Amino acid sequence: MATTLTLDVNGKSHDLRVDDPQMPLLLALRENLGLHGPRFGCGLAQCGSCTVHVDGKAVRSCVYPVKQAAGRKVVTLEGLGTGSKLHPLQEAFIQEQAVQCGYCINGMIMQAAELLATNKRPSEDQIRQALADNLCRCGTHLRIVRAVKRASEMMA
Amino acid sequence: MKMESFSRRDFLKRSGALVVTFSLAHPLAQAAEKGAAAPKTVALDQVDGFVAIDSKGRVTVYSGKVDLGTGVYTALIQIAADELYVPMERVSLVEGDTALTPDQGNTWGSLSIQIGGMQLRQACATAREALLAQAASKLGVQRSAVSVKEGIITAGAGSRGVTYGQLIGGRNFEMKVDAKAPLKPPSEYTIVGKSVNRLDIPGKVTGKFTYIHDFRRKGMLHARIVRPTGMRADLLSLDDSGAKKIPGYVSTVRKGNFVAAVARSEWAAIRGAGAIKASWSKWEGLPEKSRTWEHVRNTKVVRDESFQKVGDTAKAMPTGARQLSATYDFAVHTHGSMGPSCAVAEFQGGKLTVWTPSQATHMLRRQLAKMLDMKAEDIRCIYIEGAGCYGRNGHEDAAAEAALIAKETGRPVRLQWSRADEHGWSPKGPPTLLENRAALDANGSVLAWEVMGYMPNRPKGFEVTLTAAELAGLPKDTAFPGNIFQSLAVPYTFPNIQATARWLAETPCKPSWIRTPGRMQNTYANECFMDECAAAASTDPVEYRLRQLKDPRGAECIDRCVRMANWTPRGKTPRDKGDIARGRGFSYIKYELVRTYVAVVADVSVNRRTGQVKVDRFYVAHDCGQIINPDGLRNQIDGNVIQTVSRTLIEDLQWDRSMVTSLDWRSYPILRFPDVPAVFIDLIDRPSERPWGAGEPTAAVVPSAIANAIYDAVGVRVRSVPFMPDKVLAALRTA
Repeated sequence: MATTLTLDVNGKSHDLRVDDPQMPLLLALRENLGLHGPRFGCGLAQCGSCTVHVDGKAVRSCVYPVKQAAGRKVVTLEGLGTGSKLHPLQEAFIQEQAVQCGYCINGMIMQAAELLATNKRPSEDQIRQALADNLCRCGTHLRIVRAVKRASEMMA
Repeated sequence: MKMESFSRRDFLKRSGALVVTFSLAHPLAQAAEKGAAAPKTVALDQVDGFVAIDSKGRVTVYSGKVDLGTGVYTALIQIAADELYVPMERVSLVEGDTALTPDQGNTWGSLSIQIGGMQLRQACATAREALLAQAASKLGVQRSAVSVKEGIITAGAGSRGVTYGQLIGGRNFEMKVDAKAPLKPPSEYTIVGKSVNRLDIPGKVTGKFTYIHDFRRKGMLHARIVRPTGMRADLLSLDDSGAKKIPGYVSTVRKGNFVAAVARSEWAAIRGAGAIKASWSKWEGLPEKSRTWEHVRNTKVVRDESFQKVGDTAKAMPTGARQLSATYDFAVHTHGSMGPSCAVAEFQGGKLTVWTPSQATHMLRRQLAKMLDMKAEDIRCIYIEGAGCYGRNGHEDAAAEAALIAKETGRPVRLQWSRADEHGWSPKGPPTLLENRAALDANGSVLAWEVMGYMPNRPKGFEVTLTAAELAGLPKDTAFPGNIFQSLAVPYTFPNIQATARWLAETPCKPSWIRTPGRMQNTYANECFMDECAAAASTDPVEYRLRQLKDPRGAECIDRCVRMANWTPRGKTPRDKGDIARGRGFSYIKYELVRTYVAVVADVSVNRRTGQVKVDRFYVAHDCGQIINPDGLRNQIDGNVIQTVSRTLIEDLQWDRSMVTSLDWRSYPILRFPDVPAVFIDLIDRPSERPWGAGEPTAAVVPSAIANAIYDAVGVRVRSVPFMPDKVLAALRTA
């Protein structure tokens, strides 16, 4: 049964017609809204590529029903910065060149953003722990940790 | 300007200069303006295959090698821009498009810079020389009087200049790549050798980058495959009545054992596939996982092939003061791309276009042509980046499946695999078994060295067919790996060597090449065994290698590594007494004996109680000749180390008699942040040498360095990758 949901994504309100309110939020963001930031990696909440913020919390949008997002504030990689200004994490990932294929990077940045919101000066170990459930196959981990560290310094 | 009073004809007569003219408007430029299809040469021997310059002086370069997340997109532009004397901003790159880019071979084997980049460099040098010659004649001066800066050619200070755009402006070069066209002297490089920021990264950290998964076509449908329950199970019955009730569901494509759910949205395709009731015949053709090595050893041998023969090992072996032997095995691994394989396919007027992250668009086109009984020229494969693939993962299979569904439905089709598709149905790195034997002389040096690698035969035992062709029963064209026998041969100066590939008739899972194929397994055995020989000779493993190596460049690499690591051989010093034992291991390679040198030291901690191995640090000295982008190279080396630490410590594909059972990240875990080692790198730059590859060589030495460090820590040999705690504990118990 098709229903209409109102989603608040990156500060803009969208009316979405969906066939199935159980559809993962990820698909609504990617297919209905055409966003490229959140990525499908596993569909099982195991890898973190799809991470977005819902009401400030990092969630795995590949298993998060779209109807549950209605009435909440959804922020994706595209909406992390303010206006044309990049978020310090995005800036730091560029400065550290902390990308290989980049497929996991959305999740790394979104998960790290949640960390930095609660822990402004995390240690390397704390960064590693915070990202322990985010997988990277290229082996960019060390640069990612450095980038998060650098971002925390930029935000200080 | 005096020279201008010469007529052009006079000038050419006097100078004997090469007459260079350019043909009419560049068809690609014209086509681009009109929005028509682009008839452009893709010939490997034509400058136009690689380079086009429009009237504004903007350069487009064409590369058959593609960026699989490794940074070569940026590096290739660095090479082209520097060789053409233009700023990087003026150069754009088209990758892996069968209609536009030369077939430079698959993007594999660490050859994108070494081969692809050098072909591009030579084409750019040819183009630049032609432009200089033409400019000289236009300016009425001798060729030696002109020089170029930022795409403007002048004849000394104050002379009026002529731009590339004015000279060639959208026209074809119409000339062969000149292998003798002089390359820019390395001392003049301003872009090559610099850590230029990668051009793709800003888009990738802001969500602006378009991966294949983001690519859309008008009127496009989504598909999801319904997979058999056994690798070669047959479809007995199919009921899609439930799927048809799902809003947005379009149709079910069935062809033999190939079943696809097709829908207007991805979610409807996923739900539809889940609602299809299919029953399959029982197929249990896989060997028992626990008896993998018995199976490999008992597989029919096609032939033994020698890849290094020095002296006579059979004769020398019994004469040694001491004999050693060891068997090593290396598990089945999957590529484990973070994003599943994906493709978009579309038929129009009997012609097929496939957008794909394939590392091999030209090879894919050939395979598709066979499967669909089409002419290759009626198929165009266009590269769009996917998640890193590290070899042939499922990208080509997804492309063929999308093409088949597009053909059956007559609509553009996007197919994105599920995680279970990726883990379960992409081809795998084959299980590899290696047997080493050696005899040492009275001084402990190697007198005779034998290695035998059990690996699937090429081509017959190592056919990488398209899943769509297999499942649908369509004609199959196969793909074969590169030289997986490489690195069986050793870089040492032993008086007697016999390195042999034992080619097997088959292998359990559909085989594939995965980062450092063969070289990783073969180097693992050889470099572990070298460590065993050194231990038997009571000699430091670094010193042991150096005294049997006659290669100053290799010795320098080793020296730089051990200095950086502050290597002090443990030798007979007491090991750690507590539960956590620390050790250091060394390994070395000259990749394929002809290129990149790597020496590494691994520091590990072994928990005697649990058998858990943790890799704490890796030190890497790396010599790949001329470095194009040092930071990009470091990024690659990090990746080589970390990915291979993961493969070495914990990766072991599981299966039952019917199917792969490692279908997600829980059943096929990979290394996580807390377990990632620190990596220290010393780059040896040789700007005057040719550049060699760096995508694989470091990975080759990682497993052996870890194994050797475990021995150093606890005094036992672990000879089976991955080094899981149970194997380490078993080794400790027998010690």
